[in-house]
Amino acid sequence: MTSLPDTSMPGQKKLGLVIDLDTCVGCQACATSCKEWNTQGYSAPLTDTNPQGADVTGVWLNRIHGYEVKELGQEQSRIVHFPRSCLHCETPACVTVCPTGASYKRAEDGIVLVNPETCIGCKLCSWACPYGAREYDQSHGVMKKCTLCVDRIYNENFAEEDRIPACVKACPTGARHFGDLGDPKSAVSQLVEERRGYDLLPDMGMKPVNKYLPPRARRDATTVKAEALPKGDGSALDRLFAWADKALSRATPPKRRDDVDYSGKLEG
Amino acid sequence: MHPAYSVILFTTASGAGYGLLALLGITGFNHGQASSIAFALTAMIAALGLVTIGLLSSTFHLGHPERAWRAFSQWRSSWLSREGVAAVVAYVPALVFGLVWSGLVEAPRWIGAIGLITALMAAITVYCTAKIYQTLVTVRAWNQPLTVPVYMLFSLSTGATLLTAIAAAFGRFQPFQAMLAIAALLAVAVLKVLYWRAIDAAPRTHSIEAATGLGRIGAVSQWELPHTSENFVQREMGYAVARKHAEMLRKLVLLLLAIAALLMLVSLAAPLLSMIAATVSLAAAVVERWLFFAEAQHVSSLYYGATTA
Repeated sequence: MTSLPDTSMPGQKKLGLVIDLDTCVGCQACATSCKEWNTQGYSAPLTDTNPQGADVTGVWLNRIHGYEVKELGQEQSRIVHFPRSCLHCETPACVTVCPTGASYKRAEDGIVLVNPETCIGCKLCSWACPYGAREYDQSHGVMKKCTLCVDRIYNENFAEEDRIPACVKACPTGARHFGDLGDPKSAVSQLVEERRGYDLLPDMGMKPVNKYLPPRARRDATTVKAEALPKGDGSALDRLFAWADKALSRATPPKRRDDVDYSGKLEG
Repeated sequence: MHPAYSVILFTTASGAGYGLLALLGITGFNHGQASSIAFALTAMIAALGLVTIGLLSSTFHLGHPERAWRAFSQWRSSWLSREGVAAVVAYVPALVFGLVWSGLVEAPRWIGAIGLITALMAAITVYCTAKIYQTLVTVRAWNQPLTVPVYMLFSLSTGATLLTAIAAAFGRFQPFQAMLAIAALLAVAVLKVLYWRAIDAAPRTHSIEAATGLGRIGAVSQWELPHTSENFVQREMGYAVARKHAEMLRKLVLLLLAIAALLMLVSLAAPLLSMIAATVSLAAAVVERWLFFAEAQHVSSLYYGATTA
């Protein structure tokens, strides 16, 4: 059934991921772990075409992009590693365009899935997704997408702490968080609140559940702006003070400033 | 967007077929039973043949054509499903109309009503096809008010040139039909120019900054791709025709439409030329449809380095 379930009830479970762009180091551990789990999981396998050849291509449910961001007033631009996977949207067009009902959104937890037994491989869902989250499996003739590791998170054969998506489990820097974003008291919702997590392309109207936490403001020695000093009168004594200040600033390591704005918004 | 040949063939062939079918239905409504059974059957076979070739070719690009029947189930939410349902439903009045209009089955009283229903179902099916594209907010060039009228009018213009040509082949050339075809060809050219103006002028409101949400920090550009060779998203959604080629192809579409209209005008004196006019108008539709896909940029290309979409 590709009509969307009514998820307007307060307290509706919305399972999803919160991705911290501040701590992601772009190591690809989440991507490889995702591929490894899902190639034997719900919509297995995730095939590769010509895997040993020069022109290898294959299905991945999680892709880690790298973007260069040129900050205003900073000489060095910064690199932001950007994991991209299905955002398990609240109003996903990929579901409503599906002609067969193979694409669906689960009423109980909001996970968006494709039934590989009924998908006809028309690819229209991938056209409807603004995030490029769905990948067509050429050798199976069906669409593949992130399942939020639906076969892990409810898996009673696993120890409690392992009932999380493979990508979250693999992340060495704790940049990926899994939880119920429908519950304002959950750890993930609190994190989003605290760090001002945001939606990707909100004007597309898909209401993504997954949130991204912006990179924090820079605070390292090479990039922090020199504090503005009161202008001196240019006297010898003034120049001596300026020299002393400069020398001491270089010698002492910059201490961690407590007034750093962690929201990701830059001052000035 | 990647221009899949099966989809181009499907939309142009079934478009022409439904256009012809609609015009035959209206002809039946206006004039009752066809004067020649050979003409009536040829025209009906041409219309339903084009529709059927189109529908079959649309299943070629499916990963699982044997499951295509499942596509009739989600008409509540999906335009693709609605199109499938409408296409199948349209066969019923079309086949009945073919039987009574040609005179194979004597029921002259019913020709008008069934003709109108056939025309209506043909129009609804083409409308559904166009809505599949027009409702995709992810493709700016398709999510335009003129997308649907252009589809409908291309269907009408190719259908009208075919009707004139088939009538001419049976020595039943009607100047009125040729005039209708010319009007449709000119109208579609005007509408397509307006469409191109609209998509060129439509603001590119989506940026790489908005797609990544990193605009709050500064200007964003692609630094590293997630993978070493092209993936599905890049192949399917990242296809873009070079700007100068798009310009040339736009001119080619207009040129073909103009040639078709001119040939149709000349056919008033030499009716058999309308057959060439019909072929040229179909060629115009194919080039236009190819460009419709190739020109369209998908918003997900922003994640792959496009700066605006």
